[in-house]
Amino acid sequence: MVEIVKRNKALSVSPLKASQTIGAALAFLGFRRAIPMLHGSQGCTAFGKVFFVRHFREPIPLQTTAMDQVTTVMGSEDSVVEGLRTICEKNSPSLLGVPTTGLSETQGSDVGMAVAQFRTQCPQFDRVPVVPVSTPDFTGCLETGFAKAMEAIIATLVPPASDAGTLPGRRRRQVNVLVGASLTPGDLEELNDVIALFGLRPLLLPDLSDSLDGHLGDEDFSPLTIGGTDVAELQTLGDAVATLVVGRSMHKAADTLKTLTGVPDYRFDHLMGLPAMDSLIVALSEISGEPVPERLERQRAQLQDAMLDCHFMLGMSRLAVAGDPDLLHAFSEMLHGVGAGVVAAVSPVNAPILKDARVDSVKIGDLEDLESLARDNAAEVLICNSHGVESAERLGIPLLRAGFPQYDTLGGYQKTWIGYRGTRQTLFDLANIMLGLERGEIRPYRSELAQKPEYRQVDTHDATTTAAAGTRRH
Amino acid sequence: MKQKDITELLDEPACAHNTKSKSGCAKPKPGATAGGCAFDGAQIALLPIADVAHIVHGPIACAGSSWDNRGTRSSGPRLYRVGMTTDLTEQDVIMGRGEKRLFHSIKQAVEDHAPAAVFVYNTCVPALIGDDIDAVCKEAEKRWGTPVVPVDAAGFYGTKNLGNRIAGESMVKHVCGTREPDPVPETTDGRTIHDVTLIGEYNIAGELWHVLPLLDELGLRVLCTLSGDARYREVQTMHRSRVNMMVCSKAMINVARKLEEAFGTPWFEGSFYGVRDVSQALRDFARLINDPDLAQRTETVIAREEAKIDIALEPWREQLRGKKVLLYTGGVKSWSVIAALQDLGMEVVATGTKKSTEDDKARIRELMGRDAVMIEDGNPRALIKIVRDNDVDVLIAGGRNMYTALKARIPFLDINQERDFGYAGYDGMVELARQLVLTIDSPVWDAVRTPAPWAKARVVKPLDVRGDMPTADDRGTQIESSVGA
Repeated sequence: MVEIVKRNKALSVSPLKASQTIGAALAFLGFRRAIPMLHGSQGCTAFGKVFFVRHFREPIPLQTTAMDQVTTVMGSEDSVVEGLRTICEKNSPSLLGVPTTGLSETQGSDVGMAVAQFRTQCPQFDRVPVVPVSTPDFTGCLETGFAKAMEAIIATLVPPASDAGTLPGRRRRQVNVLVGASLTPGDLEELNDVIALFGLRPLLLPDLSDSLDGHLGDEDFSPLTIGGTDVAELQTLGDAVATLVVGRSMHKAADTLKTLTGVPDYRFDHLMGLPAMDSLIVALSEISGEPVPERLERQRAQLQDAMLDCHFMLGMSRLAVAGDPDLLHAFSEMLHGVGAGVVAAVSPVNAPILKDARVDSVKIGDLEDLESLARDNAAEVLICNSHGVESAERLGIPLLRAGFPQYDTLGGYQKTWIGYRGTRQTLFDLANIMLGLERGEIRPYRSELAQKPEYRQVDTHDATTTAAAGTRRH
Repeated sequence: MKQKDITELLDEPACAHNTKSKSGCAKPKPGATAGGCAFDGAQIALLPIADVAHIVHGPIACAGSSWDNRGTRSSGPRLYRVGMTTDLTEQDVIMGRGEKRLFHSIKQAVEDHAPAAVFVYNTCVPALIGDDIDAVCKEAEKRWGTPVVPVDAAGFYGTKNLGNRIAGESMVKHVCGTREPDPVPETTDGRTIHDVTLIGEYNIAGELWHVLPLLDELGLRVLCTLSGDARYREVQTMHRSRVNMMVCSKAMINVARKLEEAFGTPWFEGSFYGVRDVSQALRDFARLINDPDLAQRTETVIAREEAKIDIALEPWREQLRGKKVLLYTGGVKSWSVIAALQDLGMEVVATGTKKSTEDDKARIRELMGRDAVMIEDGNPRALIKIVRDNDVDVLIAGGRNMYTALKARIPFLDINQERDFGYAGYDGMVELARQLVLTIDSPVWDAVRTPAPWAKARVVKPLDVRGDMPTADDRGTQIESSVGA
């Protein structure tokens, strides 16, 4: 039974949490020619923009309703209408997302009404889909904001089967793939490839691997996203043969999709590690009626071999992991599968899935909590976003970067964690980190009787510091 | 090296193998030989001497693929980790410039690294073309004032074991006895100090440091270990030892014998693996030194340490009790490790005896009973079969066999010199137990032994359309049967 230790201090120090609002923005960024407009003050957007620019090293389309003193007091609906009109006039987007912020929610802004006003006032933009979503930053985290945005997109844009006349399975090769925020563009590419190996056509929702995979396009500048799921495809979700759902955080969005379309779904908490990936492969084989491709069999066997090779280093190793609930849970299961233990687990928010994590307890907290847990429980490696650098340094242990944001490294967004291949590489990376720790190292013992004159030279100085320096190895 | 000298080294009266044809020193058989050459053996035996420049005289293959032996640790100088070779070229060989190049190489090593000494390892090509490394070494030593020791160990002289002996011979001949030991340092508690040496101890993963504190406490000054964490100046004083211990290997038995012949130093064979053997080794020192006070203090230390380690091992014993082990390792280690494993409550179902002597085997029978299974020929297939037939939980062997074991989905523990963990001494036992539990209880075994879910779930299909492919179901059965589940 996993013990969930609630937040018990006033101050959050070195926060782990990223806001719901930008989580929602991220989901919109996975659609083609889209732009999220955060309903809040301009700072809400500016910070979010920097956050993603540094993580993806890409220009990020992100706008704001720029609430000021007047609109904050007198009502901000007009700002929403004006913002929508301006973006539509200038950029003619295919999708406009309007995540709310703590500011607009506290104010009590009615975004639904604002969108209705926009529709009446600007009928010329009737064909531009607008999706408002309530994502105040005083609740949830990046993962929940992402999920809420997807739920809103589906509820707003996917037509009910009865209206649209869609029929599950009419497109026999199409598989809807509803993915959570824990998957990187690299993960999505891997997932895409695996599904395609079964002769199926994956439709990723949203598709960050097409918009934020860091490719050099033909256009010199785009105010909108340069890739992602085609919004028009949302009309066809009801014709798909099945929906795959990755991430427990996406369950509500998945429920909505299933209710609307009647397409059967297969749900996976994550795709890290052998058993998780096996269940995906079984599902794909069932959906497609195809045998498991040889290539996947080989990748599976390669992962098994890597598990054997790595278990010497990873067995009984002690890790500290901090991340949003889905990611934390995924790591805990994958590590458990190779005999490694998560001895310090911190999540920014509580979620039902944390009860299923392979840990004794999860602390709802910040990186300060992580640091003290890691220290108390003698963690050997930290898995965390880039904010963990300082903690890792103070703890004197290495850091493996995962989650958002990763601003001090290149290609973090492209790292593949899932699948047989991604898991294998993760195991290698972790095992190499462990080798670097030289865990079996025995401290040199300097006998006072030995005929080693250098020991006596050492003794004239501060014996303890010199001896410690002597044990450090490179 | 002359054939006469080689024959002399091969004839080792102190070695129990001496009369048998099947020994580590036997002639290698083309097409069916594993293991290193004489050069390999010589280099491995001496490389741990930390403050020496080890120059391999030969073309690149000899040093190129063997330098930087990471297994052994030094508490000080790191010169031994620097790879040095004359890297002979075709022109050197044709024009006979090898000696000249060696001479300059020694100069370079002396000037750049200021080593305590230079060891020159001869290899096949210079041996074949007749480079006189003895003469070069002598000349270089005279010119630069740093001891230069030839180790004439060309690969074709024989096996790795022979190389070990050549190495030992070089030390006895050129180094031992060239310096008197430092005066015995003052001790705070006034305990009597006795000088000893450890021969054939390589400080793998620093495991010697588990044992040294105990020797210190007993007043046993280790004049020299040949060769783990040793210094040249220590090797020079080995002749003054009161007792020599042959640690866990017969590799340099000639050193012990020759020191006994020349200086009358008694020696014994012992091991630092396993609680019983560590205690026995300490007792043997006391017995041969024949100091009643030491004997008494030894018993006190043993009682204290055994009690301490007993408590530390208890939680591990619970996890290891009744687990079955197949031990496949050469020579002395087999009986020494058996005792260690039995201490942990494990059952040793079989042990390798390829390099064991009749003496060793007698000890094995003592420990494992009359019907002890002894494996003479440890080819991978045979080892796997024994594992399957006996439901063995873990295979303990040298790193060479590691990947064979893993491919056969068998938990494995590396016991040879490449390992990263030290198992010697009382404290080493805890590490050994930990590593055993780590691999035996790892969840990866289930993950690799269970067939893929689709292989199990799929109903029997006729033939795959591709014809030559087994169906998914076939594959599942194969895996299951090969696991022997």
